[in-house]
Amino acid sequence: MFTALFGSVELGLIYGIMALGVYLSFRVLNFPDLTVDGSFVTGGAVAAIMIVSGYSPILATLAAVGAGFIAGSITGTLHAKGKINPLLSGILMMIALYSINLRIMGNSPNIPLMREDTIMTMFQSFWATLPFDGWMTSLFTTLNLPFTPSTWGILLFAIMIVIVVKLFTDFFLSTEVGLAIRATGDNPRMISSLSANTDRLKILGLGISNAFVALSGAIVTQYSSFVDVNMGIGMIIIGLASVIIGEAIFGKGSIFKITIAVIVGAVIYRMVVALALRVGFLETGDMKLITAIIVIGALVVPRLLENGKERRRKYRKARKIKEQYGGEKSVAATKSDL
Amino acid sequence: MLQLSQIFKVFNEGTTDEKAALENVYLDLKDGDFVTVIGSNGAGKSTLMNLIAGNLTPDVGKILIDTKDVTRLKEHERSKLIGRVFQDPMAGTAPSMTIEENMAMAYSRTRKRSFFAKGVTKSRKTFFKEQLESLGLGLEDRLNAKVGFLSGGERQALSLLMATFTDPSILLLDEHTAALDPSRAELITDKTKEIVSKNELTTLMVTHNMQQALDLGNRLIMMDKGQIIFEAEGEEKQRLTVERLLEEFQKIQGNQLANDRAILSH
Repeated sequence: MFTALFGSVELGLIYGIMALGVYLSFRVLNFPDLTVDGSFVTGGAVAAIMIVSGYSPILATLAAVGAGFIAGSITGTLHAKGKINPLLSGILMMIALYSINLRIMGNSPNIPLMREDTIMTMFQSFWATLPFDGWMTSLFTTLNLPFTPSTWGILLFAIMIVIVVKLFTDFFLSTEVGLAIRATGDNPRMISSLSANTDRLKILGLGISNAFVALSGAIVTQYSSFVDVNMGIGMIIIGLASVIIGEAIFGKGSIFKITIAVIVGAVIYRMVVALALRVGFLETGDMKLITAIIVIGALVVPRLLENGKERRRKYRKARKIKEQYGGEKSVAATKSDL
Repeated sequence: MLQLSQIFKVFNEGTTDEKAALENVYLDLKDGDFVTVIGSNGAGKSTLMNLIAGNLTPDVGKILIDTKDVTRLKEHERSKLIGRVFQDPMAGTAPSMTIEENMAMAYSRTRKRSFFAKGVTKSRKTFFKEQLESLGLGLEDRLNAKVGFLSGGERQALSLLMATFTDPSILLLDEHTAALDPSRAELITDKTKEIVSKNELTTLMVTHNMQQALDLGNRLIMMDKGQIIFEAEGEEKQRLTVERLLEEFQKIQGNQLANDRAILSH
């Protein structure tokens, strides 16, 4: 079980990059962008096909980022220039990407990367030259812990890359263009009266959002040594779940805090799924159902808690007032006086 | 400087809802002019504002700002030259962003926005603080407060400051005190007077409040049915009273009525 949880932390951090992309479109731009289901696979497909064709994994990953950016900016263009409703623009792009992804993958529904060099194996072989894993193993055995992860390299790699993306997001959203993008989601009328081209900002924002998603897809592909044309189904919901779980736990503060919350949300989501799958009667096929239930829970539970708190507050107040003023009797008394 | 010549604008042309919003409007604002615009609902005041700001384009006619033809420019292209305050106090600021971030966005109005430069820098912060101090509302101590937590009056004062502190060629005020309670409206009116005269801004202000139209500015325009029907400038404007304005309005409308009658009786 600990091994499963350890794995879910690794994977959760990588999916955290995707969640940051969803945060950009869904929260910052206020644009529910369904392109994500397609662009996640696009990232994986581009990376996989380039690695199989012998390109450097780093170049392949960068190309995946570029492909995601293009996909997102097309969605943005459909909406901004074609005046198509945001949800519909995303769905159209998602559908179109399914075929495009298949084409990228040479018309095969999946590509294995078993004996290929990936960005993971590259980091891993560098990591193996450091004595860190050996230290941790001896530490874990002396502490008598029930499990020892085979390597810490992947976890460290995931942490590093997600932090880079987080810091980039934080910085970008504080630049002059970044501020204008935030205002485009917050008050488009105001920012266009301040000489900002909201069409261009939306296209740019969705491009960056999907570049993150594709980066995440490319790294997940290299992590699992496998890309499947269907691996993006429901991705937008996973991203949303991460954003919502993060916000539910950490609240809405500065951008710096929210981006941490989103990443932690992604990790928590993965851990909940890993734990749920260990429950006897649930099967792998139930994943999407579990996801839906987690999102519904994250949306509804904070509301219920808030309602309960408010009810108790009113109840306490009513009792206090009753003690002070002697209840509703006085009203009845005045009425009978009339 | 702002020049409008031969402006026509019709909505829903060719349908039963056809409405001539502006008909053959000429307007010439010299540098430093402060023009107040009054008129009843549907007179074409808002259309005039939106045409100048670039939310609408005229069917016929030309709009020049600083001798530059802006008739075909989009709103975001023109707004490099225009500062604008809306009627709705919520419209001019971004609620989930802080005061300093809002000011930074307004600061970037006249320039190209950079991908690499931070919107809020130390030196800009000092500048924003100085600007906010001039409002005298204590906002300078709340640079990191989200604008959504400010009251309507505070938000409108901030909007006014954001529209003016970058020295626009034209300042458009769109009934910007109409949604505020009387004391706040007075505050914003005073601030408007102060800021416009200090920066010698060329200003066009639409208002429903006749007294306000008389108190502010050096020129007054009355609109009706898409046309400018009365103008007063300088001393002539200073001598105007609300009664005289109403008289003038009725006289013009009466004349029209008489004309109509004359036509019908023949």
